[in-house]
Amino acid sequence: MIENRPGLRLFCHAMLLLSVATLAFPVWIAFVASTHTAERMLAVPIPLWPGSHMLDNYRTVLVEGVAGASTAPVSRMMFNSLVMALSIAVGKIVISLLSAFAIVYFRFPLRMVFFWMIFITLMLPVEVRIFPTYKVMADLHLINTYGGLILPLIASATATFLFRQFFMTIPDEMMEAARMDGAGAMRFFWDVVVPLSRTNMAALFVILFIYGWNQYLWPLLVTTDESMYTAVIGIKRMIPGGDASVDWNLVMSAAMLAMLPPALVVIVMQKWFVKGLVEQEK
Amino acid sequence: MAAVSIRDVYKSFGPVKVIQGISMEVGDGEFVVMVGPSGCGKSTLLRMIAGLESITSGEIAIGGRVVNKVEPKDRDIAMVFQNYALYPHKSVYDNMAYGLKIRGLPKAEIETLVQRAAATLELSQLLKRSPRELSGGQRQRVAMGRAIVRQPAVFLFDEPLSNLDAKLRVQMRAELQSLHRRLGTTTLYVTHDQVEAMTLAQRMLVMNQGRTEQIGAPLEVYTHPATTFVAGFIGSPPMNLIPGRIAADGAALVTGEGERVHLPRAVAALANREVLLGVRPEHLEACDEASALLRPQINFVELLGSDSLVYGYLGTDKRGVRLAARLHATSTQAHDGALPLRFESQHMHVFDPASGQRVEI
Repeated sequence: MIENRPGLRLFCHAMLLLSVATLAFPVWIAFVASTHTAERMLAVPIPLWPGSHMLDNYRTVLVEGVAGASTAPVSRMMFNSLVMALSIAVGKIVISLLSAFAIVYFRFPLRMVFFWMIFITLMLPVEVRIFPTYKVMADLHLINTYGGLILPLIASATATFLFRQFFMTIPDEMMEAARMDGAGAMRFFWDVVVPLSRTNMAALFVILFIYGWNQYLWPLLVTTDESMYTAVIGIKRMIPGGDASVDWNLVMSAAMLAMLPPALVVIVMQKWFVKGLVEQEK
Repeated sequence: MAAVSIRDVYKSFGPVKVIQGISMEVGDGEFVVMVGPSGCGKSTLLRMIAGLESITSGEIAIGGRVVNKVEPKDRDIAMVFQNYALYPHKSVYDNMAYGLKIRGLPKAEIETLVQRAAATLELSQLLKRSPRELSGGQRQRVAMGRAIVRQPAVFLFDEPLSNLDAKLRVQMRAELQSLHRRLGTTTLYVTHDQVEAMTLAQRMLVMNQGRTEQIGAPLEVYTHPATTFVAGFIGSPPMNLIPGRIAADGAALVTGEGERVHLPRAVAALANREVLLGVRPEHLEACDEASALLRPQINFVELLGSDSLVYGYLGTDKRGVRLAARLHATSTQAHDGALPLRFESQHMHVFDPASGQRVEI
């Protein structure tokens, strides 16, 4: 902005603050709700400032669970979510790295066919293939297992494509120099390709972890046992249908807890991410 | 150390023939430069010797062993790439040590070898740095260090100096030469720069369009170019090539426009033959009218200080045969219009216009 009019700046800031407030308000209400008793949350008007029952609520949710449709403690659900999100993120990165490495550095029959097959799956969301996938998982007896939660989501066409694009920017001479030095294909992969991909891996990890953590439809289908629920579907199950009263304070506590890990991953990895971007040079 | 034999080697990429039958014997400890214009196949030939490209037909032997099917790492060679290809995430030390580490040498021995190579190249202070903290010349030296640390039988250089500025290039040229003198390792060096080729080579292989134009010592290539291509490629400005017919008495060349160039020595054997007469610009000298062999019209003059480049043409207009002459700075000042020039008989070259081959006289 070259203009320097105080009125305009004031207006811009006001708009920005208003937008932030609009977006942050529901999160704030959720936090406030998690610090009151259930009775206080049903009274009108709803409170706008934190109450005194925060520790009680969080302990109840984490250890004892909620008396809704689901009664598993949230700590168990968060553990399930963590296993699922970590496995999906790490698995996607490992598989994508290897498949992109194969496509870029090896000349094998039907190489481009495989590449296009991977590329085409980019266009198919999970929802499209959800019934056949469910059938396969059921036949393999993977319902209500971590395998069932993780395996259908573990390959990523997007990540494969991103790594392929990155590998193609590594000069061929790097591979030739490694061959001269006597490094075989996998040695080159470990000693050169993987270290050079660190930045990309960090960025993808952030995205994929959140993607895995926020999965809703698939865990809803593939888990029927409460002990296998993930945090995201667990919250939904805490809200009983019909006229039964809802312990909003506990539901909101669980929601706050479910929000925490993705936020932490973003905050922690951001440092790495920026550091990697600054240092990157080929 | 080892000799390298290239025997009737061909290379095609699909229908494109890149190398079309090249043979050369490189002696043990020799410094051979492969030179030619871009796209002549010189880099491809080097990469075939390195084992980075397959050989379509023919044989390449290193130290008497045919290596057509041998992996690069087992050929006992080391290569320096044009863009250096240093591992960006490894320190200078690790870049140099990587090959030794893969071979499974003990740590202490690697340390000794790397330190010794670093000392040779004055890299000892830089071992802990990462490549991006180095200047172009230092990176170049690290790339060389990575090659010499393995003590290979043959060094391969693929245009190693073309990413450096002119001043650094001169300095690195000298370092390369002294390195070769000290180590005495067989070296194959690819460049498109004729100055590098002339200064570094013990022998050079001049290539054009995948074929050998000439193999010989730099001075020999300069004084006896085998083809018009070599005559034009080596030397700056390139050799003047004047097309015409040798007169019946063999004492002059008559150009298409009827312009006569007198020859310093009569060549009766070539009487009435169509030829290309070659004279290098630096071998033309200004002289008086009486002893002049040719009288080109001056087009323009470039004053270089030490000498001047005179550009002119033979014939009546500028579409005639172009000529260049490198003359003493003083000798052009008085002249305007036609300039009488002469040259010695040992500086006269004759080529066949159809084949481009040298005709011995």
